Amino acid sequence: MRESTVQVKGLVAGTVPFSAVDGTGSRYVIFLQGCGFDCLTCHNPGTIPSQPRGMRQVSVGSVLDRVIESAPFLTGVTITGGEPTMQPEFLEALLVALAEHPATAHLTRLLDSNGDAPAELWDQLIPLIDGVMLDVKVLDPERHFVLTGRGNRRVLASASRLAAKGVLHEVRLMLVPGINDADGELTRTAHWLLSLDPQVRVRVNAYRRHGTRACARHLLEVTDADRVRYREVLTAAGLRNLTIG
Amino acid sequence: MSEFELSVRACLADPGLTYRQRVQALALLAENALPPPVVSEDCTRAQAKAVVHDMGEGNAPYRPRYVLPDYATALARGSAHLELEAPTTLDDALTFLLAMYAGVPSITGYPVYLGDLDRLLEPFVGPESGVGDAELDAALTRFWRVIDRTMPDAFVHANLGPDDGRVVRSILRVDAAQRQIVPNLTLRVDPERTPEDLLRAAVQTTCADGKPHYVNDPMMRADLGQAYGVVSCYNSLPYGGGAHTLVRLDLSASLRFAEVPAEDWLERSLPRHVELTAELMAARIRHLVEQTGFYRHDWLAREGLISLDRFTAMFGFFGLAEAVELAGVGGGGAGYGRDERATAFGHRIVARLAELVAATPLPYCEATGGHALLHAQSGIDSDIGVTAGARIPVGCEPPLYQHIRAVAPNHRHVPAGISDVFRFEPTVGANPDAVVAVLRGAFAEGMRDMTFDVVGNGFVRITGFLVREQDVAGIAADGRARHASSFLGAGSMVNQRLSERVVKAAPGGTDQALAGPAG
Repeated sequence: MRESTVQVKGLVAGTVPFSAVDGTGSRYVIFLQGCGFDCLTCHNPGTIPSQPRGMRQVSVGSVLDRVIESAPFLTGVTITGGEPTMQPEFLEALLVALAEHPATAHLTRLLDSNGDAPAELWDQLIPLIDGVMLDVKVLDPERHFVLTGRGNRRVLASASRLAAKGVLHEVRLMLVPGINDADGELTRTAHWLLSLDPQVRVRVNAYRRHGTRACARHLLEVTDADRVRYREVLTAAGLRNLTIG
Repeated sequence: MSEFELSVRACLADPGLTYRQRVQALALLAENALPPPVVSEDCTRAQAKAVVHDMGEGNAPYRPRYVLPDYATALARGSAHLELEAPTTLDDALTFLLAMYAGVPSITGYPVYLGDLDRLLEPFVGPESGVGDAELDAALTRFWRVIDRTMPDAFVHANLGPDDGRVVRSILRVDAAQRQIVPNLTLRVDPERTPEDLLRAAVQTTCADGKPHYVNDPMMRADLGQAYGVVSCYNSLPYGGGAHTLVRLDLSASLRFAEVPAEDWLERSLPRHVELTAELMAARIRHLVEQTGFYRHDWLAREGLISLDRFTAMFGFFGLAEAVELAGVGGGGAGYGRDERATAFGHRIVARLAELVAATPLPYCEATGGHALLHAQSGIDSDIGVTAGARIPVGCEPPLYQHIRAVAPNHRHVPAGISDVFRFEPTVGANPDAVVAVLRGAFAEGMRDMTFDVVGNGFVRITGFLVREQDVAGIAADGRARHASSFLGAGSMVNQRLSERVVKAAPGGTDQALAGPAG
């Protein structure tokens, strides 16, 4: 590994040495600071600002050391955020370091991304990763803007590209009652995802208020009846590999 | 009325006890009407101070505490005592085992070890047997139900693994579907022999009903030989034999009553308490072997299914965390399991104890070099303010990997079993590979035993056995339960505050130590 790789610095909002909910197996989760979206439903809004006051940069090497410590117990590493692609140089160096170090090379590497990244960046990242867990908020660009403050052209393009390269590990649908969970919307989304990958794995993340900001308190929480409907509608649309969270 | 008569009459009319539970209690009352085996005044005093504790086994030992009969030989040869020839079909084998179980003694009056069920039964389900998966599941479901409905408590334990096979797979399916506390289960894990997919299936059953418990098979074989079994609350013992007795030493009481400064306790006082514990063990073993003739008279011995030279004794200890605290080692009140110095001192105590026990001769323990096997005793229902074995106190358990690394160094010293309980949130059920990875890592770090307690599946891991939450609620409502161990579990849940066990990977917790605070 080149000395310069481990010296690259970035902003890390936190780490979780053991997670069973961020991909297959036991995973070390690294939260990179900063996200280009400003989702109403964000459960971790502290990770949105790109340059939070008082946060100091850390090196790839220091993160790598922490992963090495936990490596005997791990299946892999999941890099999330924030939005990991917001710090492309740090992200790439971290992935290279994990892939090259003998103590971590066996660990799978997953990204948890909102997909708002350019094609060129994905082309650089894809050889370094085992898969991406991609958030798809809503297909309709206008409602996407309302929910996130940004358009979704790049998100949809990323989904196609990742599926074509065989690294679309899972698509996550964050559903909010009355906002993006109408039957027609769900069916359209399912059909589109199946057109990318007939075996696509989908996880519905049901909206909960816990952890969100005051501006999101007016949103309704998902009920058990909603969950039943989501399963019915998405299954009828042809999704087979479906988890409702 | 005499006190004895009062006790007997109270037992005869105890509305909380089933008929069989009354018979068990009456037998103990009769036994305790006799004087205990003679020991020195010092030993009696150590018992009065609760430094040394006989586990309430009774005053006149007349059967070994734990018996691990050689079921394989019985199935191969048949039994004159049972008037059963060697079985040739699955049904006959299951009937043979059930008949045999009725005649296997232990401290609880019923077997604590049902055998290595997959190895015993696999020969009866080969391709030529014509037994399909549905038929196998149905047969084992009936077998499982009879065991749960007829055995008195959840100390009854069956072993599985380390190899894959049809029977182990079927038992994992049946166990998850039946949701019983009996039998308790242990899976032997050998990284070379146990396939990933079998481990995954086992973890799925653990998520459903809290079983099985997992043992590091190569480590066990290195310490106990090829033939061993795991019984009751994680007691690992020689197969075809077992343990005459289990006596335990409260390390915290040992330190509290030490007549020397705390820094001298390990070298000047602990050795004396080990001697006194061993004295009680020796007296109890001699009574069992020399006074009752159990090992000559019992049918298992007569048919060569157990033999005295395969028996040993278990030297139990508990209260390690409190002993470290009393010794005043480590700072900041973090204590054993969290503070590095305190944890290291805990390791030193266990290593010293192992040395002392290995150097203390005991009669009739030739199976294990003429001395007892050290065991981290998992506690009993009435323990208050003192932590089981070498566990980290409930509510103070550190995050997962730190927890494993804090306790793993103790495991090599404790061949007769040690249990550290790791409580997980229910999300692991959807991701069993997470637990499989942790298990493999833990065994590579030197863990001997791994026990999981999964929140929300309706089962709670107590000392080593399980209770169902619905049975605990039943005891609270009308004071009754079918299994005697459920009463003990209900007591433990209160006295040892088991609901306060720290859950690993509770959602939302990030380790912020790496970076500064987010804006």
